[in-house]
Amino acid sequence: MKSEQQYIDLFSQCEAMICRHSAEAMNAPRAKAFADFERIGFPTRKQEKYKYTEVADLFAPDYGLNLNRLPIPVNPYEVFKCDVPNMSTSLYFVVNDAFDKHDHPAAQLPEGVLFGSLKEMSEQHPELVKKYYGKLADTAKDGVAAFNTLFAQDGVLMYVPRNKVVEKPIQLVNILRADVDFMVNRRVLVILEEGAQAKLLVCDHAMDNVNFLSTQVVEVFAGENAVFDLYELEETHDSTVRFSNLYVRQEAGSNVLLNGMTLHNGTTRNTTEVTLAGRGAEINLCGMAIADRNEQVDNHTFIDHQVPDCTSNELFKYVLDHQATGAFAGKVLVREGAQRTCSQQTNRNICATREARMYTQPQLEIYADDVKCSHGATVGQLDENALFYMQQRGISLQEARLLLMFAFVNEVVDQIRMEALKDRLHLLVEKRFRGELNKCQGCAICKN
Amino acid sequence: MLEIKDLHASINGKEILKGIDLTVNAGEVHAIMGPNGSGKSTLSNVLVGHPAYEVTKGTVRFDGKNLLEMEPAERSHAGLFLSFQYPVEIPGVSMVNFMRAAVNEKRKYEGLPALTAGEFLKLMRQKRGIVELDSKLANRSVNEGFSGGEKKRNEIFQMAMLEPKLSILDETDSGLDIDALRVVAEGVNKLKTPQTSCIVITHYQRLLDYIKPDIVHVLYKGRIVKTAGPELALELEERGYDWIKKELGEEV
Repeated sequence: MKSEQQYIDLFSQCEAMICRHSAEAMNAPRAKAFADFERIGFPTRKQEKYKYTEVADLFAPDYGLNLNRLPIPVNPYEVFKCDVPNMSTSLYFVVNDAFDKHDHPAAQLPEGVLFGSLKEMSEQHPELVKKYYGKLADTAKDGVAAFNTLFAQDGVLMYVPRNKVVEKPIQLVNILRADVDFMVNRRVLVILEEGAQAKLLVCDHAMDNVNFLSTQVVEVFAGENAVFDLYELEETHDSTVRFSNLYVRQEAGSNVLLNGMTLHNGTTRNTTEVTLAGRGAEINLCGMAIADRNEQVDNHTFIDHQVPDCTSNELFKYVLDHQATGAFAGKVLVREGAQRTCSQQTNRNICATREARMYTQPQLEIYADDVKCSHGATVGQLDENALFYMQQRGISLQEARLLLMFAFVNEVVDQIRMEALKDRLHLLVEKRFRGELNKCQGCAICKN
Repeated sequence: MLEIKDLHASINGKEILKGIDLTVNAGEVHAIMGPNGSGKSTLSNVLVGHPAYEVTKGTVRFDGKNLLEMEPAERSHAGLFLSFQYPVEIPGVSMVNFMRAAVNEKRKYEGLPALTAGEFLKLMRQKRGIVELDSKLANRSVNEGFSGGEKKRNEIFQMAMLEPKLSILDETDSGLDIDALRVVAEGVNKLKTPQTSCIVITHYQRLLDYIKPDIVHVLYKGRIVKTAGPELALELEERGYDWIKKELGEEV
């Protein structure tokens, strides 16, 4: 418990300060989170769920925290020229975990829709936040969720009331910014009431060349017949550690698309847990990772079919070069009585070198008898016959390899339900493979 | 144009080609026939530089250059084209992107600027007509889900796009019905010029009714054992290979 102790001490010493700079709804669950964290600590590799990531080691270094909420001077509009051509979004920024206060000229949301600082929203709409906050992220079951609940002071709230359709996609740019090694604990709460519809694109960027560790817990509530798309794009750097725990609960007839794309990172662990709680709910869960050098990407997913007539489609693809390591563990649980469940899980991976490592663990647990379920996983190399065929047509080996790699991951990019974003991602993927994407694509700083 | 001298090649340590001598001049059509396992496909694979085959002896000169020293893509740029016996499916790579990469790399090799998107699509439309290739196929992934006939048409379409000096057609007639065979063969004939040559590898006279060879060779046990005019193909169709084996002094 060495790694844990420094954080237990830190919380004990700074609890008052943490709470003072946060909101009541976020402070309420801290006591329980503290007890849970003291008891379970960080997950270890002995736990099936965290077999591929050594969590405690990643938290061991000394990171600075901004518990006293000192403003970090940065104008994201100056440093981040977000350019997804042909896509008009309502654009917001979060610097570390603080919602950016600058004007958002592009951001005009329909009446009743809320999007802003979780802390402020908790003060303005305490009942709403209390009703949902912490209800999916069980601190007794996951040490990372407990840790985040303990230290998170702010983040983002998105609320779409009943039957409201947000036509324009909302884009949230998370910027990691610090002069010293730094830790960020961010919290996101997304509530879509019955019949609500929205699309959210979240990009993670690291601006400074220091060591970052970020944890985020995202809780998504999709009401009856709600439609929600969440695209998460990580474009950070080698010295970034990311822990993301995403929890989704879907009511009857809701349709959710989650697409997590890791283009550049250091060490990433994404946990995604989806509960299909109402009949006819559908989840499309996909992800891809392009990793090279010593990058690590670990995706753990859990889809819980609790009731009949739900559908889940899952597709994850990795391309690993150099000494990169990838892991995918995906569990689908079909509970007793969840008849007529349709579930499909696919994980395909390419190891471009002998040193690259991929661990894949598809898992299907079925307790109902009238279901249609399939799963499959492959780890392989680029198709030699295809490479030779292309070379015979005059395409160099290097270019042929690139074409095959784009083709491989583009299957995931093509799941995107926003045309302009899809085009943009095709381009980013190409640049990534060509090595033209050294850091993040959007920052003016990196371009200099 | 192509000058092969005493070519020996093996795969996994097993020698398949045991001393091939063959010269193809500009404007000529050569047919290579022979029983199964005689080395016909090995010869075409070795010429285009397939990495599984090892050349153990001999020389191949193409337009005066040492072909065996060139990378597969470079051989293509120099004007060598193989219509594959089994064209490869490449899921996720569209025909358009594939052909654009191929055409532009060749242009780069020739010191020409890349084609603009408009120029390229115009070229695609124009060449598609030669083998009556459906425009829908051009938008799909390379060979993915194509029928046997479509795959072979697609090979000839690519040949039209790249305008090679020497084309090797490896059993382009296999798996084709009579109509598709005619379309594919007519496509090849349309592309023929006095400067270009063709090596047709086939088992059957049928294809040679459409693509008329100047010279017919019989490849047997890794060597060219007989060379004659087009009448040889007719004779083989009628009599099979046994009489040739007898001529070689083998028991039949």
